[in-house]
Amino acid sequence: MIRHRIIPVLLLKDGGLYKTTKFGKPSYVGDPINAVKIFNDKEVDELIVIDIEASRVGRPPDFAMAEWLAEECFMPLCWGGGIRTADDAGQLFKLGIEKVSLQSAALADMGLVTQLAGRHGTQAVVVSVDVEQSWLGRQRLRTATGKDKRDWQDVVRAAAAAGAGEILLTSVEREGSRAGMDLALIGEAAALVDVPLIAHGGAGSLTDIKAAIDAGASAVAAGAWFVWQGPHKAVLITYPRPEEIRAIWGH
Amino acid sequence: MHLSVVDAGLGNIKSIKRMVEHIGGTADIISDPGELAGAEAVLLPGVGHYDYGMQLLHDGGWVTPLNDAALVRRIPFLGICLGMQLMCRGSEEGTRPGLGWIAADVRRIETGGDPRLKIPHIGWTGTHVDTPGDILPDGEPDLRYYYVHSFRAVCDNPGEVLCSADYGPRFTSGFVSGNLRGVQFHPEKSHRFGMELFRRWLGLAPS
Repeated sequence: MIRHRIIPVLLLKDGGLYKTTKFGKPSYVGDPINAVKIFNDKEVDELIVIDIEASRVGRPPDFAMAEWLAEECFMPLCWGGGIRTADDAGQLFKLGIEKVSLQSAALADMGLVTQLAGRHGTQAVVVSVDVEQSWLGRQRLRTATGKDKRDWQDVVRAAAAAGAGEILLTSVEREGSRAGMDLALIGEAAALVDVPLIAHGGAGSLTDIKAAIDAGASAVAAGAWFVWQGPHKAVLITYPRPEEIRAIWGH
Repeated sequence: MHLSVVDAGLGNIKSIKRMVEHIGGTADIISDPGELAGAEAVLLPGVGHYDYGMQLLHDGGWVTPLNDAALVRRIPFLGICLGMQLMCRGSEEGTRPGLGWIAADVRRIETGGDPRLKIPHIGWTGTHVDTPGDILPDGEPDLRYYYVHSFRAVCDNPGEVLCSADYGPRFTSGFVSGNLRGVQFHPEKSHRFGMELFRRWLGLAPS
């Protein structure tokens, strides 16, 4: 029996916690440290924290924030956003971060993934791949610059081959929607690689989580489901109870 | 007992100190091997490649003082993750000999061919207590710990198996041999289950 991880994704901007919809419309959720304390109490499996500004404005990771969060976190913590060099990642590990999630830097040079995996182990390196639908309905790679024309499948394969221990796959259309996950996308991605796939985008219930796992994901990440309640998106941090989670895995 | 956490450059150490302090204990991070001489209890953390880990211990001058603490002074010693593996004779992951304190070899995880079981094994896994009354809580119905690894220790002596976990075939996820203990999982990242382990190991009062 496997306990698939259910991982809250927290987005940072200006030192606050935000939630986006389809990568846009950032809406303030609260104070990150307070949120981490609540997730501690709820005994969450793991946390992913992504600084959504760093790479966009070209600044390094917010190391002070990473250190505060790592000190509060009694569960594994993955940091994404602004990591450009092996030294950036090394500093995050030193501060108590378990994993780094790379996107822009990995797309520019998969050699960084290999270097970090060699030094810190493959389990410490996540490559994050965002997929969006083109106006023709085709699934394509979404990047910060919009200039990378590679197929998303090639990027997923290249990341695993370079040494990524996990792939974080986000469906841009579903992000922030709580409308269910893109199971076809998850199934296709999971079949491409042997490393664990963390599916992200659209989860709004434990039924959605179970469906993503059945489609081939090893773990599911979600944002909106854990911070917004009801149709009017009232902010309230929640996480399913251990017995609810056990029930969906059938034990 | 005051805890000394070895900082040989092998990875995440702050979270260990932070959890021990959270449950009312005290811990220091030591980056000078000379400080081991006065230690009461030692924790060897570690994440990364086996040979790189042994190289850091050798290059940093850690091996002799670690041997002294673990084998001569016989103070409580706990290895976590790669730290546990380094206490063994050697690993399939590399070619360098380990510290060789435990009659065990480190081998790659075998998943028994189940394609859903990915390597590395990352996540929370139910953990079975093989040696009750030691540092793992007894009678916890849903005991689970956070694992991140591709290799695991195989002990010669089944009596030294502290705990085990099911990921494909059941594998040894902790050993105990006198004052020496090792766990493959990360107690420092396993919230209340990790706190309970540290409380028991360091003899701290229950919260």
